Amino acid sequence: MTDPVLQVHNLCKSFGALKASNDVSLDLRPGEIHALIGPNGAGKSTLIKQISGGLTPDAGRIEVLGRDVTALDTVARARMGLGRTFQISSLAMEFSVLQNAVLGALGARRARGGRLGLFRNVMKDTALLDTAHESLARVGLETAAQARTADLSHGQRRQLEVAVALTLKPRLFLMDEPMAGLGASGSKELTGFLDDLRREAPILLVEHDMDAVFALADRISVLVYGTVIATGTADEIRTNPEVRRAYLGEEELT
Amino acid sequence: MGRERVFNAAMLLALLAVPLFAWGLDEPFIITLATKVAILALAGVGLNIALGLGGLVSLGHAAFFGIGGYAMGILASHAQNYEPLFSWPFLFEGSNQMPLIWLVAVLASAAAALVIGALSLRTSGVYFIMITLAFGQMLYYFAISWSAYGGEDGLSIWVRNEMPGLNTLDPIQFFAVTFVILCLTLWFAARLAQSAFGLALSAARQSQERVETVGLTPFKLRLMAFVISGAITGLAGALFADLNRFVSPTMLSWHTSGEIMIFVILGGVGRLYGPLVGAAVYILLEHLLGGISEYWQIFLGLLLLGMVLFARGGLIGALLGREVAHD
Repeated sequence: MTDPVLQVHNLCKSFGALKASNDVSLDLRPGEIHALIGPNGAGKSTLIKQISGGLTPDAGRIEVLGRDVTALDTVARARMGLGRTFQISSLAMEFSVLQNAVLGALGARRARGGRLGLFRNVMKDTALLDTAHESLARVGLETAAQARTADLSHGQRRQLEVAVALTLKPRLFLMDEPMAGLGASGSKELTGFLDDLRREAPILLVEHDMDAVFALADRISVLVYGTVIATGTADEIRTNPEVRRAYLGEEELT
Repeated sequence: MGRERVFNAAMLLALLAVPLFAWGLDEPFIITLATKVAILALAGVGLNIALGLGGLVSLGHAAFFGIGGYAMGILASHAQNYEPLFSWPFLFEGSNQMPLIWLVAVLASAAAALVIGALSLRTSGVYFIMITLAFGQMLYYFAISWSAYGGEDGLSIWVRNEMPGLNTLDPIQFFAVTFVILCLTLWFAARLAQSAFGLALSAARQSQERVETVGLTPFKLRLMAFVISGAITGLAGALFADLNRFVSPTMLSWHTSGEIMIFVILGGVGRLYGPLVGAAVYILLEHLLGGISEYWQIFLGLLLLGMVLFARGGLIGALLGREVAHD
């Protein structure tokens, strides 16, 4: 199957006179990492919110796995297999790291039609715990499983965001700046991890870390003032004169 | 975890020991005070599921407390007058049997919580507080104008309702009934907090976005919590009316909502035994200071102010520190 997993058609969203999304179209194909870059205020977050279901577009259509999801809410899209990580962590801060991961596993169970129990101790549910521990181990957080989420560093919170998304076993990932706050080595580790992850499910990646973007992305879309000015491979984007003029400016891409 | 468990067990034992001593010393008034603590703590345990676990600041829980009270009052008054409540589509007679009264109280308050919750939970924050307050006051004024059941004067029941195998007119036996119900409810609330549902509900309080992103619906979780919460508070209302053998619109007024909330805040929001500690301190203050001055609530106000300013975790939080993340 090579049909795109995610298709965004002619999406428009305005806030007053500001066109945050101006006729945006893009797609995400199986097995790829599609990076979305653009200067601050280009409308990346607005676009991500519309794809995840937090914002309703003024016009346009969003398809996930061939199904029109424009009218569905965040919950329904998550259950269809859309795994999202946030730019500003939205984890349950009072919980332990493990509890956050178990919450994700619980969501996955519910999406498969399972019920939430009212009596059984959820932290003794081995099926959920296995999924949670496995996901934490994959992002390298297993040693911090019992730590309070509020005590984590910013970088660890990003890792936990990814771990929770993993517990959902999503069909596609929507990652909003997963590298932010990670040190050089953490960033390198996560880059390696995402490199493998794309074989499991494709990733739409919003990222400011250009090294990571150019190392990872199969395709890159450049968003400026709500418009996609170019989509192409890393090389195409590097050499695209319009991109250089509009976005890169003085910055040199290597 | 260990320390809080020991503290909780000590609280429960104290609540059991005080009336037992009073019984030995033949002091029925003290037994009645302990019964009041058990019942009001039960109402608080109900509210705490919405407030502590779900983060739903309901200022309308008097509605459920009062519905429970009126469920008892209406059933018992029909039983004492030998008039059926209604005879169509089936014959429904009054009753003075506690288990049946409890069942009706729980079902009626759960149904009310379902309706009030379904409408109120579309809002949040201050609007949620206001809309639950408004629903509570609606029922309060309805009860005042409902002359068939006493209107403003309320309903008196001559004899306390019956429990098979017990003499409920004996204070210590009625206390035992309320104590057992409180223990069972605390056990249930503890299970609920640890369950998958409890985890998801608590997560929804911390981050709505997080819960939606994992594919769970915060509204449904909260509605469920609100219904369970209302049902428990309704059961407490039925017992409270039985304790006083009297139910009046006061049970439905927003003062009652405020009092139940004070138990929870005084003891510690979200702490399982918070409402028990809060209700015990409240009744003690009322009893001890109330004898000195009719303005005893000034002291309660000062205590509450101190709690909110200096000990956000209530009395339990002040004594035992921050709650350990359970695992």
